[in-house]
Amino acid sequence: MNIIVCIKQVPDTAEIKIDPVTNTLIRAGVPSIVNPYDKNAVEAALQLKEAYGGKVTVLSMGPPAAEAALRECLEMGADEAILMSGREFGGSDTYATSYILSQGIRYIGDYDMIICGKQAIDGDTGQTGASMSEHLNIPQLTFAVKIDVDGEYALVDREVDEGIMTLKAKLPVLCTVGKDINEPRTATMKGKMRAKRMTVKVVNSGDIGNMDPTKMGLKGSPTRVKKTFTPSVKKAGIKIEGKSGAQAVETLLGHMKAKAFI
Amino acid sequence: MGKFKEYKNVWSFIETFDDEPKNVGLELLGQAKKLAGKLGEKVGAVVVGGDCARAAKAAAEHGADVVYVVENPNYKNFSAETHAYILTALIEKYKPSAILIGATNNGRDLGSRVAVRIHTGLTADCTELDVDEESGNVAYTRPAFGGNLMATILCADTRPQMGTIRPGAFKKEDPEPGRKAKVVREDIQVPTELLLTELLKFTPFESVGGVKIEDAKIIVSGGRGLGKAENFKLIEDLAAAMGGSVGASRAAVDAGWIPHQQQVGQTGKTVMPQIYVAVGISGAIQHVAGMSSSEYVIAINKDPEAPIFNVADVGIVGDLFEVVPALTEKIKALRSGQ
Repeated sequence: MNIIVCIKQVPDTAEIKIDPVTNTLIRAGVPSIVNPYDKNAVEAALQLKEAYGGKVTVLSMGPPAAEAALRECLEMGADEAILMSGREFGGSDTYATSYILSQGIRYIGDYDMIICGKQAIDGDTGQTGASMSEHLNIPQLTFAVKIDVDGEYALVDREVDEGIMTLKAKLPVLCTVGKDINEPRTATMKGKMRAKRMTVKVVNSGDIGNMDPTKMGLKGSPTRVKKTFTPSVKKAGIKIEGKSGAQAVETLLGHMKAKAFI
Repeated sequence: MGKFKEYKNVWSFIETFDDEPKNVGLELLGQAKKLAGKLGEKVGAVVVGGDCARAAKAAAEHGADVVYVVENPNYKNFSAETHAYILTALIEKYKPSAILIGATNNGRDLGSRVAVRIHTGLTADCTELDVDEESGNVAYTRPAFGGNLMATILCADTRPQMGTIRPGAFKKEDPEPGRKAKVVREDIQVPTELLLTELLKFTPFESVGGVKIEDAKIIVSGGRGLGKAENFKLIEDLAAAMGGSVGASRAAVDAGWIPHQQQVGQTGKTVMPQIYVAVGISGAIQHVAGMSSSEYVIAINKDPEAPIFNVADVGIVGDLFEVVPALTEKIKALRSGQ
């Protein structure tokens, strides 16, 4: 089982605050982390490797600093790491990003499964994985809560609004995963020592070769951001303070009655 | 816009489950109508399934001018491969200017496949839709960075302009009973070599605490302040007394106190009930992004500085373990007295 896990370095969106004066995002001091769902993807890959043997390669597209995120995955137990980094990749939307990553996968070559986090917590699109499967022309088994392999086939439980679809598809396949599939391991001291001796291979489009420049970066992105703004927040209503539970409830019910909600 | 003259009409993809139309596709018809009105175009609906009668009827009653029906017993269950092939064929033949798809797990799969196949842009998980006055393109607005930032996105150079739209972001408009649409039936056979995935079995979810939160008129949600899983009983009791459903914040879901289908927020579901009660929820923007359109918000939290109070119509600063049982009893008494 050769598995490629696609990961993304993201700002920890839980730490992002809005500047109350300028009403803009404060990014300074926000830590960069491995997208949390991608850690579930790494964990899923490591478990499959432990069960069936093989190799886990982590792949990312990003600035040189994203090497730190790949290194964290090596510490968890991944065997190889590749960072696709180059100015030509900058400004890519999901169409271009999924094309670029699919070319990285072609570059890696031999694989049975690709696992991605279901979405990145900065962009929150949930499109890159499924789009990659179209570029690669392989089955997509997205939002997986369980992944197993039986010979040449992947067996995946996939979550939809109404329940769980149990799906079977011939390898190679692409899976995306969320938090429910597993609890990602933390790197052990041994894992950290092992990762110290490993290098993250950094490649650009020239190293990969035969990449279509019309499908990369801002130029290759069919969507464009026209503007950004902070969401409007509705005005606060009344606040009941310093009352006992029973008193507070009476005041609340009075307000609800006045507004015809009871 | 000359180069796109042949691309006309705004479509909504009507996702179905068990051949019943899901709400999201019908919610989107209201938006398709709004956009088509501004563009001077018509509203299309796409229904794929084993028996499309109910979904096609609902689409017509919710504002579709044309319903494209692709019916085949093999198409009853969603399959990214099948549905993507069919939607691509319809797009190539009928050339819509824009397509709205519900940002469900299936919708995101379908949209991604089709957009890449026809080399066009897809904006994910939108919560506001309009026409950009300057360019005449559809302006897709979506939250990013955990709901901290909104971005308006255009797809100016390719057609159709595709977007997935968050379920619950828009209200389903009231149907117009008996309203008819032009029905266009297409017999589209998906080549068997494209069918790569086999559905072995389907296991439905058991529902937790009343109707699904995305459909609920009243939601009582619990958060970190509850402290442990057992205390969710307080939430369930209040929800039962009010005749509502149980929701949760990401913290409560991450702690494993409640299944994530109940999660409200940026990474959970977007809801707009008449009454939303937030109990022990601090109100991080992540959560507020999923409930701020509720009509009437009640917040109960012991921290007077909790941001949830900024979006609440009524906030009670107090101990939830005291307030919630008292509220439950009062509501029960009111109900039994009626």
